[in-house]
Amino acid sequence: MTQILGRLRRSTAPVIAGVVIVVGWELALLILNPGGFVLPPPSDIIGAVFENWSEVFDAARNTGFIIVTGLVVGVLVGVAAALLVTRFRLANEVITPLAVSLNAVPIIALAPIFNAWFGLLSPRSNQAIVVVLVFFPIFINTAKGLTQVEPSQIELMESYAAGKWTITREVRIPNAMPFFFTALKLSTSLAVIAAIVAEYFGGRQDALGPLITQSAGLTRYADAWAAVLAGTVIGGMLYVLTGALERVAMPWHTSMRADQQSN
Amino acid sequence: MSAHAVAVKAASKVFNQGKSNEVHALDEIDLTVEDGEFITLIGPSGCGKSTLLRLIAALTEPTGGEVEVKGKSAEQARLDQDYGMAFQRAGLFDWRTVSKNIELPLELMGWSRGDRVRRAGEMLELVKLPEFGGHHPSELSGGMQQRVAIARSLAFSPSLLLMDEPFGALDEMTREHMQDELLRIWSETHTTVVFVTHSIPEAAYLSSRVVVMSPRPGRIATIVDVDLGDRSDDTREDPAFFEKVTEVREALRAVESA
Ligand SMILES: Nc1ncnc2c1ncn2[C@@H]1O[C@H](COP(=O)(O)OP(=O)(O)OP(=O)(O)O)[C@@H](O)[C@H]1O
Ligand SMILES: [Mg+2]
Repeated sequence: MTQILGRLRRSTAPVIAGVVIVVGWELALLILNPGGFVLPPPSDIIGAVFENWSEVFDAARNTGFIIVTGLVVGVLVGVAAALLVTRFRLANEVITPLAVSLNAVPIIALAPIFNAWFGLLSPRSNQAIVVVLVFFPIFINTAKGLTQVEPSQIELMESYAAGKWTITREVRIPNAMPFFFTALKLSTSLAVIAAIVAEYFGGRQDALGPLITQSAGLTRYADAWAAVLAGTVIGGMLYVLTGALERVAMPWHTSMRADQQSN
Repeated sequence: MSAHAVAVKAASKVFNQGKSNEVHALDEIDLTVEDGEFITLIGPSGCGKSTLLRLIAALTEPTGGEVEVKGKSAEQARLDQDYGMAFQRAGLFDWRTVSKNIELPLELMGWSRGDRVRRAGEMLELVKLPEFGGHHPSELSGGMQQRVAIARSLAFSPSLLLMDEPFGALDEMTREHMQDELLRIWSETHTTVVFVTHSIPEAAYLSSRVVVMSPRPGRIATIVDVDLGDRSDDTREDPAFFEKVTEVREALRAVESA
């Protein structure tokens, strides 16, 4: 019971803050009346969502598809690479420097080039951008979690004559879970940004990126903001989903228990 | 089997050999432990007790000499799962419940689920934590975690037990209880025990031989034979027991002042 109350209290604070910001925003525009339509009041944005519901919804669905598929592939590749690197020395010598130099490349800046590779209107280039961008934090953090294991825990397993894969399964992977989920949360917001910005340069035209650029170009700012709002909702949903996954995957995790108790 | 339980022959261990941070942890250690014997290692911090235990466990290799366990190389004995080890740090897995931690070695040895669960239950009774099976280790105090680690090391009834200060974090009464339980298990199962401790009375109470080590480089200074017969609560107040405590203390003092 106290847990439920605590959880309620934790989730009410941001909701109240959100309401205050939105109402303040609406009132400020009403009172100051700056003129022009650069920053429309929240009511106009909500109105724009309902007015162009099918357009906004289709765009959100198409961009959402790119985000989710890119995220899934990027995460799978990142985790696989991390497992290889921590398990085989040769893989480490090949993949790690490659990944680190990849991280130095401003990936988003490659969007126009990817479009040239995959075809200007193909969503593949946008997916590829998301995959590459998600890969790095997942790879680095998971690899860190797989290697930063207490030496005595490895020795314990060796004292049972456990082999390398058994140690990976029983010790390294559970140990990497918190690292992985930290990276996953970071990756979800990265993926949303990457997909929309990549869409500015090419890919499907019925997606959030083009909807933003085109609406802004036609000075239909409320529509542009409606598309941004849709992107925000996708990001929020992914974040909540990640949090739920985390709780299922790591019921033991102390940081969660700790903040339950602090309420 | 006529072989010794453990035979350490002129074993040395140098860490970071040839580098500026070189450490002579152990120097030409000779030690044999007979089947069914209970010996303790005692000595100042850093004298190489844990290192010697890890050599016997084949968790690290000697830089000189050799170590045999049950007549075979220590490495072969490790692969044959011939010993159970309790480490200085409890080393429990947070992602497993207390019961599942105790079941881990049994799982790796292919015990059936039913047998594992039953055994974990027995072990939890033994260390007086029967109601904590479903908890996660982070919910337990340090001493309770150590008791779980002891239960885990005993779970598969290894014929050789290597224990590194297993009772270090326990309060005095629990400690005495665990000592008596360990002695009971030892005499009932004819296990061989090599036990590291910092406590002089504990060494005298538990073992038939106390190996006193000196530091830098780690060597065996003296071995004190303890012949007190079957231990009981009376032993702890027996003048013969205090004599042994004094003997070990003096051996240690000689080591520390050398
Ligand atoms: N992995 C290692 N690398 C380098 N030096 C080490 C390593 N392990 C131990 N040593 C050194 O070897 C010496 C003996 O260490 P050891 O842990 O065996 O001591 P100990 O007798 O168990 O001490 P304590 O009673 O404090 O547990 C110490 O000087 C320590 O610094
Ligand atoms: Mg030690």
